Amino acid sequence: MNTFGDPTIWLPFVFAGLMGLSIVIYVVLDGFDLGVGVLFPFATEDEKDRMIASIGPFWDANETWLVLAVGLLLVAFPAAHGAILTALYLPVAIMLVGLILRGVAFEFRAKAPAPHKRLWNNAFFAGSLMTSLSQGFMLGMYIMGLEWTLPHAAFGMLTAVFLTVGYSFIGATWVIHKTDGDLQAKSVDWAKGGIWGLMLGIGLVSMATPLVSTRIFDKWFSWPEALLLSPLPIVSALLVFGLWWMLRRMPFTNDRLSWLPFAAASSLWVMAFIGMAYSFYPYVVPERLTIYEAASAPESLFIILIGTLFVLPTILAYTVLAYTVFRGKATELRYD
Amino acid sequence: MMETLLLSRIQFAANISFHILFPTITIALGWLLLFFKIRYNQTGQDRWMEAYRFWVKIFALSFAMGVVSGITMSFQFGTNWPGFMEKVGNIAGPLLAYEIMTAFFLEAVFLGIMLFGFSRVPNWVHTGATFLVAFGTLMSTFWIIVLNSWMHTPQGFEMRDGVAHGTDWFAIIFNPSMPYRFTHMVLASFLTVSFLVAGVSAFRWLIGGRTEGVRVALKTAVFTAALLMPVQILVGDMHGLNTKEFQPAKVAAMEGHWETGGNVPLILFALPDEEARENRFEIGIPNLASFILTHTWDGEVQGLNDFVAEDGTVLHPRVAPVFWSFRVMIGTGIAMLLLSWTAAVMMLRRKRGVEGLPKPMLYAFVGMSFSGWIATLAGWYTTEIGRQPWLVQGVMSTAEAVADVPAPMVLSTLIAYLVVYALLLVAYIYVIFYLARKMSRGEEIGTRIAPAPAAVPKAMPAE
Repeated sequence: MNTFGDPTIWLPFVFAGLMGLSIVIYVVLDGFDLGVGVLFPFATEDEKDRMIASIGPFWDANETWLVLAVGLLLVAFPAAHGAILTALYLPVAIMLVGLILRGVAFEFRAKAPAPHKRLWNNAFFAGSLMTSLSQGFMLGMYIMGLEWTLPHAAFGMLTAVFLTVGYSFIGATWVIHKTDGDLQAKSVDWAKGGIWGLMLGIGLVSMATPLVSTRIFDKWFSWPEALLLSPLPIVSALLVFGLWWMLRRMPFTNDRLSWLPFAAASSLWVMAFIGMAYSFYPYVVPERLTIYEAASAPESLFIILIGTLFVLPTILAYTVLAYTVFRGKATELRYD
Repeated sequence: MMETLLLSRIQFAANISFHILFPTITIALGWLLLFFKIRYNQTGQDRWMEAYRFWVKIFALSFAMGVVSGITMSFQFGTNWPGFMEKVGNIAGPLLAYEIMTAFFLEAVFLGIMLFGFSRVPNWVHTGATFLVAFGTLMSTFWIIVLNSWMHTPQGFEMRDGVAHGTDWFAIIFNPSMPYRFTHMVLASFLTVSFLVAGVSAFRWLIGGRTEGVRVALKTAVFTAALLMPVQILVGDMHGLNTKEFQPAKVAAMEGHWETGGNVPLILFALPDEEARENRFEIGIPNLASFILTHTWDGEVQGLNDFVAEDGTVLHPRVAPVFWSFRVMIGTGIAMLLLSWTAAVMMLRRKRGVEGLPKPMLYAFVGMSFSGWIATLAGWYTTEIGRQPWLVQGVMSTAEAVADVPAPMVLSTLIAYLVVYALLLVAYIYVIFYLARKMSRGEEIGTRIAPAPAAVPKAMPAE
């Protein structure tokens, strides 16, 4: 076990990496599901059905990445899991109720009697909104160091709104890719509206994070780190500009490049996440608990890691399979 | 702190009770669907596919309910019970991680193909997806039962600085109560599904939806129930003996038995009095408990009074809830046995099949549609309340694990969960019977989730 050096050093690092990977995959994949839910009230009845069809076969697996992320936090960093989740008790509860409503509304709206469909559409929207807002709020509280004060909560409210806008942006780019005609044109408009919120949101978080802690400030604004890190903001700015330019001209003839806004939006998320991860490393509970202090016993982590090495590629492979089976424009979703 | 502990326990009990209802259905329903699908592949008869199409919708609905309520669980370990993972996280962690990695993703990804892929993928891929979903639910059951059983019969670990460290993973996974609990739970799932399928099919038959699909579903369900019910009783007995060996206090509470001694009667009815430490209004059958637990008429059985520390601290669970949930489980089980055997005999007689069942019999099945839920919940209450005051038997108490969250916060979230759960439960049962009624009227149900993109309303011909 010591072949690769001290396991109490590299195992926590590997697990922090795996957890980060799950979180990124979650915010991109379930991000577009939630975004579609948040955009629901802006769509007509028929459009709602098609939006559901565009995420129907995927949402369940997408949500599982959240379970994996929280599971990894739970199993790899048990002390941090307790500290973070008890501090975020109420927003977590709101998110859970939101996830419950969103998940079951999917099934009920297709199966309940027609007069009830409206009700379940509303539940789907409310569930998606509650989930997005509470996740954004938790993000803000996490950045502020998980301490409940009025200014922190106010900042949490801001990030709640911006994350929700961000989700609806990536949701809109997904609908651009999966639909055509009027709904596609409509979602281009949604994305055009959302991109401003996205820029403000990423800007706000990028400014606030270094200001909260001098440690983070020094990590970004010292030489030569500033130079080495400069690709992050530069690529992000290019992505935002590219998206803005592209959305003004979409849809292209023959639906060319309809996947590109979604891909660019996903890359933007990844950039933002790398920036955050860099800021907070090595802390898992900001300024209180590092990943090395919070980690489980190396024997236990090693046992999980062996399984992960086999299972994670398999999961990725059959996830790709599912997206391949349901590739192309969202068509009628049928049980047969 | 006392209120927080009690409220947190109620909250966890509410969440896990609501959650377990749906896996109890999906574990076995997945395999039943695979059976329908394989019969269809073999015979090419539409009736098997008709049964598949109806029940796959119930499966999808149950699966969604199970997934979302399960996510709640994974967060509550942290929000309400941080002490649990801090102390035994090195054991529980890997088990939960394997459940997520080997089961959750498998189920969730292939569910999409199973539900919506029939016309998009080759038939064998669709059958394969059905198998993988069923297999995934079983894997999930396995890992979570391993963890739960370890909490009842922990082994394969050592304590270092107050934290459990795994030393023998084979011993942890194959801990003494795991094989019994796993078999007992999987059978419980098959019985729950048998009675649900029988009940809903009987309902459809009664309101006139007498299709071939309903007929095969009803027959499959009744015979599965009749076959598995005795097996379940045998496994339950073995599980009980295992519990007697490792958790004698739980068995004493189940039996309502205070003093250690031989020739113990089987108590049918009693009101256990915790204060006086005796039973009121006891009605029992002499010697039978001795016989069931030791397989001899005068066998000695440990009583509850053996589990009181010298300073008076009670080290056994509260008696009445364990005593009564055990009786509810047994009573429901006996009713299920009688109904399924009577129905099976009636159907086999002169090979009359579903026509051999008189109307009251069909009504009984409708009434018993959710009997499996009652028995399963009662069984879980017996074993989980029976483990108290321990969270991990002999290793940590429930009170040790609870989070220091203000009681009003726990109460407010508890009320929110209860309201949501109550509404969803009503909606779930309503929708199952709504789909059954709709199907019986001959309408195609829910095959369309969303219209085709090119769907244009047909122009009305001029009058």
